[in-house]
Amino acid sequence: MITRPALTAAGGIVAAAGVIALLPLVFGDTSEFRFAFVGAYFIAALGLQILTGYAGQISLGHSGFMLLGAYVTTILSVDHGWNDLATIPLAGLVAGIAGFLFGFPALRLRGVYLALATFAIPIALIALAKKYEGLTGGGGGKPLTRVLTGHEAYVTTWPIAGGMFVLAWLLLRGRLGRAFRAIRESEIAAVSMGINLALTKTLAFGISAFYAGVAGSLYVITIGFANPDTFTIALSILLLVGVVVGGLGTLVGVIVGALFIEYVPLYAPDILSWVQKPIDLNLDPQAAGAGATVYGAVLLLVLYVAPTGAAGLLRALVRTVTRRLYTSRGTEPPGHVVSRRREA
Amino acid sequence: MTQFVQQVVAGLGDGAIYASLALALVLIYRATHVINFAQGEMGMFSTYIAWTMIENHGWSFWPAFVFTVFVSFLGGAAIQQTVIRPLQRAGELTIVMATIALLVLLNGLASWIWKPDEKVLESPFPTGTWSVGDVQIPQQSVYDLLVVLACVVLLWAFFRFTKLGLALRASAVNPVASRLLGVRVTWMLALGWGFAAALSAVAGMLAAPAQFVFSPSFMQVVIIYAFAAAVVGGIESPAGAVVAGLALGVTMNLLGTYVAFVTPDMRLPVALAILLAVLIFRPGGLLGHAAVRRV
Repeated sequence: MITRPALTAAGGIVAAAGVIALLPLVFGDTSEFRFAFVGAYFIAALGLQILTGYAGQISLGHSGFMLLGAYVTTILSVDHGWNDLATIPLAGLVAGIAGFLFGFPALRLRGVYLALATFAIPIALIALAKKYEGLTGGGGGKPLTRVLTGHEAYVTTWPIAGGMFVLAWLLLRGRLGRAFRAIRESEIAAVSMGINLALTKTLAFGISAFYAGVAGSLYVITIGFANPDTFTIALSILLLVGVVVGGLGTLVGVIVGALFIEYVPLYAPDILSWVQKPIDLNLDPQAAGAGATVYGAVLLLVLYVAPTGAAGLLRALVRTVTRRLYTSRGTEPPGHVVSRRREA
Repeated sequence: MTQFVQQVVAGLGDGAIYASLALALVLIYRATHVINFAQGEMGMFSTYIAWTMIENHGWSFWPAFVFTVFVSFLGGAAIQQTVIRPLQRAGELTIVMATIALLVLLNGLASWIWKPDEKVLESPFPTGTWSVGDVQIPQQSVYDLLVVLACVVLLWAFFRFTKLGLALRASAVNPVASRLLGVRVTWMLALGWGFAAALSAVAGMLAAPAQFVFSPSFMQVVIIYAFAAAVVGGIESPAGAVVAGLALGVTMNLLGTYVAFVTPDMRLPVALAILLAVLIFRPGGLLGHAAVRRV
């Protein structure tokens, strides 16, 4: 049976897809270019959402998987004459296999240890990329074969992002998604229900890294230049921030997270000057570090005020509105108590 | 042989810095059961406070050192009370995210307040070497090691011989029972964060002169070594953190000298490979014991 929340969600997604399809009509080249990056972040954050929000495994290594995807695309298209778009699936696959393999040692680690171990991925890969200069161009970077206009980048990135979103939704609504959520809530309970913990966790890592690889590939295609230092831990942290801001355990929220990653640094000076206007701090909002300061502060604020992220806020809003619409004064709808329970 | 001894001493000097930061991580882990990703940035921020006192207010190094350690202690306790305590019930992932937010925030604030360019913190120690036979022993490494060891002994004495130290240990081991016995557990947690912040301030103020110049990101490499040391030593074991920190410093220096593959760029990945290997074969760390989970 199609439920009302499912209809609301489907309506929202169709509307969002429509907006994304029509945006180029109002955008200039710069905005389209920026939005192409939003698309790449969206895909990477989707992957991290699958791993962190659904399977409950934290990762600070996703920029490393992005780096892998980026260099698969760069090396194949520059040195071996591939069409850069044709390299995207392979970029995802290579990163996915790497993620799957990393899942094996990660199996023995939980929580904090896992986060620390995933630290190793980007650091090791950046160092290796700089060491093997012949292949990667080293620390100086390596230009790709063509430079995209903003519009080209936009129409390359977003159809793929849409496809990846649908894929994630299909994956998570079925058996695998339930298995992910089960190991997030309780590994012991999950195992006793017959879930293969090792396979499920490594799969989560693999799928998640596949997304990061595709994102990394699109990122370098958009920017036209591969450089190891693009993919530092800082990028991993940004992705994690995006996922939390969007709301853990929701696919729709990821779009807010991706917008946050791209646009908050851009608007940080404005936010700062607006905040300090009433208190007259007289600080320079254009200075270095201002962006990071706003980032950190907003992240902390989200953790306090809206721990369920943008998606949680939206859900609460929709619920309030629909309750107003569908409930006559004084009577509570059945199932009211259940629906109000805080989501984990 | 000469080179070997020199590298061991230099390694102990580096290792002392990793050890003090690793010890800070262990203190917070024991108190809050969370890895503080912002630990390095807290030390970085403290170092800038010391630099300001010296450069802008004309203090000499040691008064600035003591002042900074004190301010950092208060700052650490304040962070626990204002940032971490309200989130204590929200779960591990939320607290980890909060420490990551602190990392970003402190790093941004430092580049904002003090500009991101490189600064110099003069070493309080002679930078020359002692000659023992053929061996040239770097003096700064020896002094770094001594300062850290002094801090460790002081902390150990505090935890071992004072009533407050006992209360702190008690609230880390069993918060509920400690509360029943009249220990103010939340204040003990704040004290734990204070000590950790003070230790990372020491680490920062020793690391900055050892690296000649420092910028807002200078602790990000040190913190990764400290993570490795804390985990290798067993995340709940203070002694393990110190021993593993020193051992890591020596190992990295020796590998860098004798193994061609370990170029300066490759040091960090190699350290992390060691970390991964330890985690896989001894998940509890070298001096820790495997955690028993209650079902």
